[in-house]
Amino acid sequence: MSDIHANSVAFVRKTEIPPAPPPYAATGPVKWLRENLFATPANSLLTIAALYVIWLILSGALPWIANGIWTTSSLTECRQALDGVAGACFSVLTERWNQLLFGFQYPSEFYWRPTLALVLLFVAAAPVLFFDLPRKLLVFTAVYPFIAFWLIWGGTILTPILALAGVIAGALVYQRLVTGSFAYGFFGGIIAAFIVWTVGGWIIPAGASDSAMLTAVPSRDLGGFMLNMMLGVTCVTLSVPIGIALALGRQSSMPLIKMICVVFIEFIRGVPLITLLFVASVMLAYFFPPESTLDLFLRVVIMITMFSSAYIAEVIRGGLAALPKGQYEAADSLGLDYPQAMRLIILPQALKISIPGIVNIAVGLFKDTTLVSVIGMFDIVGMIRGPILASTEWNGVYWELLGFASVLFFIVCYGISQYSQWLERRLATDHR
Amino acid sequence: MAEAATQMKVSDEIAITITKMNKWYGSFHVLRDIDLVVNRGERIVICGPSGSGKSTLIRCINALEEHQQGSIEVDGTLLSSDLKNIDKIRSEVGMCFQHFNLFPHLTILENCTLAPIWVRKTPKKEAEETAMHFLEKVKIPDQANKYPGQLSGGQQQRVAIARSLCMRPRIMLFDEPTSALDPEMIKEVLDTMIELAEEGMTMLCVTHEMGFARQVANRVIFMDAGQIVEQNEPEAFFNNPQSPRTQLFLSQILGH
Repeated sequence: MSDIHANSVAFVRKTEIPPAPPPYAATGPVKWLRENLFATPANSLLTIAALYVIWLILSGALPWIANGIWTTSSLTECRQALDGVAGACFSVLTERWNQLLFGFQYPSEFYWRPTLALVLLFVAAAPVLFFDLPRKLLVFTAVYPFIAFWLIWGGTILTPILALAGVIAGALVYQRLVTGSFAYGFFGGIIAAFIVWTVGGWIIPAGASDSAMLTAVPSRDLGGFMLNMMLGVTCVTLSVPIGIALALGRQSSMPLIKMICVVFIEFIRGVPLITLLFVASVMLAYFFPPESTLDLFLRVVIMITMFSSAYIAEVIRGGLAALPKGQYEAADSLGLDYPQAMRLIILPQALKISIPGIVNIAVGLFKDTTLVSVIGMFDIVGMIRGPILASTEWNGVYWELLGFASVLFFIVCYGISQYSQWLERRLATDHR
Repeated sequence: MAEAATQMKVSDEIAITITKMNKWYGSFHVLRDIDLVVNRGERIVICGPSGSGKSTLIRCINALEEHQQGSIEVDGTLLSSDLKNIDKIRSEVGMCFQHFNLFPHLTILENCTLAPIWVRKTPKKEAEETAMHFLEKVKIPDQANKYPGQLSGGQQQRVAIARSLCMRPRIMLFDEPTSALDPEMIKEVLDTMIELAEEGMTMLCVTHEMGFARQVANRVIFMDAGQIVEQNEPEAFFNNPQSPRTQLFLSQILGH
């Protein structure tokens, strides 16, 4: 072939070159080490320095954890048991386990109720999170909030049933009226729900909660990590739909709706959450008549939901803006009306783009629920800073308690993050 | 080729009437005094330099763009700001875009069945049968369960045509359907459009494919600066253009 080549530039390949394996030094762990850890002298130095720092941390932390004491009933006993050896007093966790999880006022004989509510939460969330599951499970998801409310707060079962009846009445009226116009359906549904709730409120006898199947537990008795979970789950579930509505409202061609949404979002984003929480705990009372006591838990939920829905609205607005205009035009040109175009074409794509942002806010919101400790609610941080650290037995046990709180939050947040990554992979249809 | 065009019959029934239509983008007068009557079964090719308003014109017909003056009547329905009228017209008028605009989160089949199911309230099974029928017609039934991102440009554009056909439109609008395609794929899309024309579909097509215009159109409209400059039957239009602007345009696009 080469002599042909020497004579002319024309060239025709007659035989195929068979593929061959790469040379030994270019594969396997040796190659990986050389490329990633010891590529240059500076790189090698950094690797060694990093290894030294890792060793320093682990050599301090691992014995401290391994020497940990789990069975004493106060810090002094724990110190005696350790006898000068560096070690953790994990016994504060075992001794105050229930307080950390449920707060110090929730009746201990009813701990099974929030626990059951948590287990049912997974069942209720499953069909929403994993849409390959049968759609019929969503019925349980729909009634779960009322079951959970009844389990945690107890009292007469008529209250959650009435709340459910109001929601069903609202939904029925909405379905009936929405064919005329979305606004009729929306406001008609809300009015119907309020009528049912008000009328039902008169019907439920005053003392119904005293002789209830589940003893009533007031909101101020809720506490511990349970309170964080309740606030986190409630606020995230409420703020996603509200955020979507705000994002769509901000894009609306109706000036009034657009203005309301813009003002709401900009105002809420411009105010620190802690301010809103103080407003919830102190100020709101001034605005309501003295005899109406809106539950503190409810006030906090409203404030956190408003806060995070404003952020979620902005994230979703980003997703909406990222969609090519052609998608709106294609939906329009097929004759889909606005709600159909949004629900079937625009939102599925915009939300998919917004998943990382929404999850970011959900994780942040979940951790921000610890701020309620500042307004005198005994969530897990409130419990640690208040009743546990202030007690004579455990005064001064910071690392173990705050470390435990961090671990709990980390487990939940890491779970959310892993789920979101799975969801992104699952929804990827663009095959880039 | 010319015989093929004459064989296709044009009825006397009127499909679209545009009278004294004007449109502005802000203060820019983009469409000026457009008068156009399209009969049922007519195949009209609209050409002209970029920015001449040809896309805007056909986008006004299904109200993707709003016009400010004059009237547009499609299939006897007057295009007004009433949303019910607009949705009715849009469901009767199919449209294909330059960039296909398939819905990337839905499969090919779902792309085709979505509008019939939600707008026409067709049962899912029936909608799927219709969709498969039209996918066979555009010769890609085997891709039905793939996503748009897995298809080539030409295939995507044919899916877009099938998606519009699933609504059983009486009029089809094409907005530069081959401009974003490789030369190899242009033919497969044009073949589909020719087939559609032969079945008597009323078509308005913005395109630079002059071969297609000669073969299929029974009227060619040349637009410049927001006005209809010249319209004629393809033979006369290409062989004997009257306006100097048309002559210049044709010499430039046919010259190379």
